Amino acid sequence: MSTHTAQPGHEQVDVNDPRLSRFDIVREGARRDDIEIVHYEPQVVPGSKAERRLVRTVAAMFLLTGLAATAFLVVYIWWPWQYEMGRGGDKFYTPLLGITLGIALLSVGFGILTWGKKLLPKEVSIQDRHEGVSTEDQRITGETMAYMAEELGVKRRPLLGVSLLAGLAPVGAVAAAPLVGGLISDPHKNNQLMTTGFAPRDGQKIRLIREDGRPIRPADVSAGGQITVFPGVEHGVSNRYADSPTLLIHLRDADAEQSRRNNEQVGHGNYMWGNFAAYSKICTHAGCPASLYEQQTNRLLCPCHQSQFLITDNAKPIFGPASRRLPQLPIEVDAEGYFVATSDYTETVGPDFWERP
Amino acid sequence: MKRRKFDMAAAPGKTGRAVDERFQVATPLRQLLNKVFPDHWSFLLGEIALFSFIVLLLTGVFLTFFFEPAMTEVIYNGSYAPLRGTPMSAAYASTLDISFDVRGGLIMRQMHHWAALLFVGSIIVHMLRVFFTGAFRKPRETNWVIGVLLFWLGVVEGFAGYGLPDDGLSGTGLRIASALMMSIPVVGTWVTAAIFGGDFPGTIIVTRLYIAHVLLLPGILLALIAVHVGLVFKQKHTQWPGPGRTNSNVVGERMFPRYAIKQGGFFMVVFGMIALMGGLFQINPIWLFGPYEAWVVSAASQPDFYMMFLDGSTRLMPDWEIYIPIGDGYVIPPIFWPTVVLPGIMTVLVLAYPFIEARRLKDTRRHNLLQRPRDVPGRTAVGAMAIAFFMVLTLSGSNDVIADKFHISLNAMTWAGRIGLLVVPPVAYYITYRLCLGLQQHDREVLAHGVETGIIRRLPDGRFVEVHQPLGSGDGHGELPYAGWVVPKKMNRLGALGPAIRGFFYPIEKPAEAPVSPGHPEVESRTEQEIGSGR
Repeated sequence: MSTHTAQPGHEQVDVNDPRLSRFDIVREGARRDDIEIVHYEPQVVPGSKAERRLVRTVAAMFLLTGLAATAFLVVYIWWPWQYEMGRGGDKFYTPLLGITLGIALLSVGFGILTWGKKLLPKEVSIQDRHEGVSTEDQRITGETMAYMAEELGVKRRPLLGVSLLAGLAPVGAVAAAPLVGGLISDPHKNNQLMTTGFAPRDGQKIRLIREDGRPIRPADVSAGGQITVFPGVEHGVSNRYADSPTLLIHLRDADAEQSRRNNEQVGHGNYMWGNFAAYSKICTHAGCPASLYEQQTNRLLCPCHQSQFLITDNAKPIFGPASRRLPQLPIEVDAEGYFVATSDYTETVGPDFWERP
Repeated sequence: MKRRKFDMAAAPGKTGRAVDERFQVATPLRQLLNKVFPDHWSFLLGEIALFSFIVLLLTGVFLTFFFEPAMTEVIYNGSYAPLRGTPMSAAYASTLDISFDVRGGLIMRQMHHWAALLFVGSIIVHMLRVFFTGAFRKPRETNWVIGVLLFWLGVVEGFAGYGLPDDGLSGTGLRIASALMMSIPVVGTWVTAAIFGGDFPGTIIVTRLYIAHVLLLPGILLALIAVHVGLVFKQKHTQWPGPGRTNSNVVGERMFPRYAIKQGGFFMVVFGMIALMGGLFQINPIWLFGPYEAWVVSAASQPDFYMMFLDGSTRLMPDWEIYIPIGDGYVIPPIFWPTVVLPGIMTVLVLAYPFIEARRLKDTRRHNLLQRPRDVPGRTAVGAMAIAFFMVLTLSGSNDVIADKFHISLNAMTWAGRIGLLVVPPVAYYITYRLCLGLQQHDREVLAHGVETGIIRRLPDGRFVEVHQPLGSGDGHGELPYAGWVVPKKMNRLGALGPAIRGFFYPIEKPAEAPVSPGHPEVESRTEQEIGSGR
């Protein structure tokens, strides 16, 4: 018992004194924890009208909980829950569960709160924080620890410490090795960062196909139109070739002319075929598909971070956070009249990284 | 058979003795039952986070029984007709099954998601409360640091969970996450390949996110929450200044029964609200987004609200690429700055704030009394500046939706965000600082001259003056020092109008040193000790 909180004149009460009420004992217990109950006021007079009203309110809330919980069970068991297209009772299944469960929990919550806040006596207690720091204790503990360190004698026997460290360091590495070693995976394996599904296989040029797998003829895309194309390889239309989706655009004459001129300036003279140009759909900023094509201005917008690329100028970024143009896929038409990729992309597809050449 | 007589009334006492003889718990239990907690509505914000975490654990365990964390390709054949026959990952298919083919699965999913949003949201509001009232000061810096870690863990945990269903929206989120990992100089591609098991998207990321989401991160969260709450217990809660409250005591209620009952009721209310939201408000309808396909995205793809500030910073970043012409040339892409560097700086600044402030003020004392935000204009203004910064970023995270709904140019929105990010925070700082000074001045004015009564009196010489009700005795001029707590500014706060207000502010204005209950001797108040906030 610290001295500075004990009330003046307060002596420990004999708790076995039969004259003490239960509250006196509670109060004595609190005092032993340096708590003074300075204010303890019943909020309702026992047996009064107000008390009966509060009891009724709380009881009603608890009964409502039971009712709502039962309703939850009824809905859960008998309400049609299987999903069906169109309108139907099943659309109300989840909302009804939510309402019944919500009401059940809220009313038990408010019932308990009312009980605690209105029916229990209000009190104000004061507890001492006991934050006094004992410098003596600090010194004792410090000395104890220093003594233990001395007993170990690392200072006198430095070899022990050094050899222990030398022994434990590799053990730490052993703990880390399986995790790091297991997770590590060479990002440059098979040159995977730089290749896409359009890389020719066995000298065979890869066809451009639609989402449903059919190859594409020039006549399939009208002027001003565009279509998302994939490499015509097994699983070409899947996330296994997440970097391959490409936008095939049929430019109008004037735009195509401008595109060709700009193509030549960056050495992409033969990348277009006729008025058709193909650009990677994977944004060079964060890898989202840059899929909103504005026909009138020939701009391609990425909906994730609003980078905008000007298709007629080599898909150069003209607004937003992207810093690199969309790579262009060189295309031509094969003997059967279908689009093929002349070669793989000649620039890295997808978001930028440190060692991109 | 002869039955021994069973004395019902003596049973609890007997059991208690039996337990104590074995475990010696009587004293620590009494200390726990008696522990005093100060009360104020703002102390309950952290509780909301704690309670929603419990709801997250409950609903989350349910979901694990039905979720299949695998990216194996399956053909969907469940109840949701529009997607039947579509190839998709097992993760997406099982999430559809939870939504349509598990009875009550949808409400569990939606409750889980709403609870997650509430968890992070209440952490943010709780942090603001702690910041603006100075509750982070010595001796509570450790708990501030743990709190900041809890916030980030909550964000990462939320994002991991958001990525699990492998739907169109979450796949795009993962794609962006992979891009920002790739952007880290030197090791970016290695980090990404290690996490995704090769090139994006690979076949393992959902499985790894799953174990992080259901075991690793919740484990760390649970441990940190335990330490966080344990430290609040050990160090005892802060309290507002007020009658009888000093830096070295706690004025409030004993934990049992009233305080604990209120906590239990509050938990039920939070739980009930989450259940209502989970049932009534649709969230993350993954069946509308379709499975993740690398070539499909739609406009208005926004992440959960707590990630939107990062999305916004990414959108606002100009296309500044750093090219290093050594060897084949190396690149630092622009996405690196807003998604890796900026959150890093923000975290370090927030973590270091208690130490920066203590150093600036050369303050090494312990503080258990809270400060009103107006009394510390500098800190309050810095906080307002941070909120402004965060809000500009968050709004920019949905600038395409704003542009669309209000018919504003998208590029104009981006520019507004870029300029706003630099201009709005300093303006917020200045305005907040002036507001604080104004409020302080008004407090002093009321203390010196009294409360405006609304009564106009005409003086004999014809002038009109308003009558003020002095707060102190006598004419009240210059007698009352400011005590760091609310100054009553309306007559009904002084009890001039009808019955005093009950409820919300009631316990605070009730003088603590007036015992009413019969039979309890008057206690000497200890108001002579320090009352101010210790500045």
